[in-house]
Amino acid sequence: MTSLPSSSDVELAATGTSRAGRRRHPLLRYVGIRLGISVLLLIGVTIVTFVLSNLVPADPVQAALGERAAGDPKIVAAFRAQQGLDKPVVVQYFIYLAHLLQGNLGTSTQTHNPVARDLAVAFPATAELALFVLVFSIVIGLGLGLIAALRHNRLSDQVIRVFSLVGISIPTFWLALAFFYLFFYVLGWAPGTGRLDPATTPPPTVTGMYTVDALLAGQWDTFADALAHLVLPGAVLTLYTVGLLIRFSRSGVLDVLSQDYVKAARAKGLPARAVVFRYILRGALLPILTIVGLAFGSLLSGTVLTEQVFGWGGLGQYAYKSATTLDLPAVMGVGVVVGIVYIAINFAIDVVYGFIDPRVRVQ
Amino acid sequence: MSTDAAAGPGGRRTLRAPAWKRRRRPLLPQQWRRPMAIVGIVVIVFWLVIAVLAPLVAPYDPLAQEFARLAPPSAAHWFGTDVLGRDVLSRTLYGSRISLPLSLILVLASMVIGSVVGAIAGYFGRVVDEVIMRIADLVFAFPTIILAMIVAASLGPSLLNAVIALLVVSWPSYARVMRSLVLSARGQEYVVAGRLLGAGTVRSLGRDILPNVAAPVLVLATLDFGNAILLLSGLSFLGLGAVPPTPEWGAMVSDGVQQFSSWWLAAFPGLAIFTVVVAFNFVGDALRDALDPRTAEAVSEVSV
Repeated sequence: MTSLPSSSDVELAATGTSRAGRRRHPLLRYVGIRLGISVLLLIGVTIVTFVLSNLVPADPVQAALGERAAGDPKIVAAFRAQQGLDKPVVVQYFIYLAHLLQGNLGTSTQTHNPVARDLAVAFPATAELALFVLVFSIVIGLGLGLIAALRHNRLSDQVIRVFSLVGISIPTFWLALAFFYLFFYVLGWAPGTGRLDPATTPPPTVTGMYTVDALLAGQWDTFADALAHLVLPGAVLTLYTVGLLIRFSRSGVLDVLSQDYVKAARAKGLPARAVVFRYILRGALLPILTIVGLAFGSLLSGTVLTEQVFGWGGLGQYAYKSATTLDLPAVMGVGVVVGIVYIAINFAIDVVYGFIDPRVRVQ
Repeated sequence: MSTDAAAGPGGRRTLRAPAWKRRRRPLLPQQWRRPMAIVGIVVIVFWLVIAVLAPLVAPYDPLAQEFARLAPPSAAHWFGTDVLGRDVLSRTLYGSRISLPLSLILVLASMVIGSVVGAIAGYFGRVVDEVIMRIADLVFAFPTIILAMIVAASLGPSLLNAVIALLVVSWPSYARVMRSLVLSARGQEYVVAGRLLGAGTVRSLGRDILPNVAAPVLVLATLDFGNAILLLSGLSFLGLGAVPPTPEWGAMVSDGVQQFSSWWLAAFPGLAIFTVVVAFNFVGDALRDALDPRTAEAVSEVSV
């Protein structure tokens, strides 16, 4: 499952493709099936967020109107009618879904902004952090995982394994605090909380990611400032993600190492470098892709706690604020957006899977 | 238990150790005789002892507010005192009585629920399987802590609600592993033979299948334990778990955020979380290596 397609597999796939050329391309069929599953999952996500927000014991009417207005039955009835709360739950769900399809996520009861507008600010903030972390984590994590697997059971393997276990065992919120204390408070190397210095004006919004926007606008000072603010939260999350990636890539590469084609490549005297890059890494590509998807999910979880410490103002912090204040439209909005991102990434990975490994398509 | 699993056909260990060597059971099973596993066990035993003996070991009452406020570590207060004048050392030691049992309950409950549900899905297949696994997929479609946070917030902050919220998000990994294990065990000759001899569903699952799938699930639980502690303390850190004045580690770290310059408030409870989690991960890692490759793969797919 994790191996590089052997020559017979490739032949099989090749004949499969030419045969299917008359009917339907297996890759298209495969992508279609994955797309269908993703759409079903998306609908599921909307149901889950809807049900969850309906299960809340606290009364949303009271939360939105305040105690005085909630005491007046006329106002309450008007509010319930306006929000569609007087209709059956199933109808309410479809109203919710219809609004969702129009990009209407409701109005936050706390910020009084449309949730969609709040999320449009929060989402790029988290995306910027997550992408920054992913790039570094993938390079470091996969590299160390590969080294550990190639030097299986030797000292470097043991050291890397311990490092990776330590990385996933440190509570991120604690590490965030420790880094902040050390590098900001004691040493004064790092800037304070937030995404920019209070004195710096944000660059004109294009993507919402300050580093990218600053570059696009050619504002080098703003870029440097945004980057400096990224470093600490980025480092905290990178340590955790690297720990995770080492574990997965190490076991992925170990799997490949025991495959016959790798043994054959070694036996016929190929130089070690060629074996690693042309055989092992290509064979381990699929498990590594899966890992990246997983890492992204855990990264989103990690940002909730880290953003809290660094006052990052991203999705994580927004989710936390709205969950603790029972701001239902905001909570549902976050749930849906995060669910969509998650499903979209897994869909993309599945598709790439299908491109790389012909065997996946026929299953 | 795990030596049986290690001796699976094609397992690396079978090749290395001849049969006579394996039968002569050593004092410590092979997978325990590694420095990492031993360090892990020592740390876990240390914390278990602390949890049991906390009233005897702790120098002060964890809730007593009778000392100088925010005093740095000193001979009288090794870990200093907090903003209400409570002894941080005593609170950290008592914290083990909250995190350890609650995480244990959480892991056991999600293991039991997830395994039963997964076994049902794998054993009956078809519609039951589809429905159960799609629900599991849905839970997997949300990042753990965001879903747990939403559930915990709607239930209201309390440690019990935090455990329930985490239960909601953590059963599916057990269900997935159990399902795939039961799926492959279901077709084995001994299971089919049992069915032909007239064993019912419960007997077939409990007597024939369970003993053969227990080891990997237990390994997953060990690996999951550290994660459970991290999530539970994370929720408490966010104020969605333990309520004051409970000496919970995550909540204590969050006190440290308020009193930023008093580093000792957050440093020691955080260190406590870290040592426990890393110890369980060391042990779980060693145990996973002891599983045969096929079941190890099933475990790796769902666990960190």
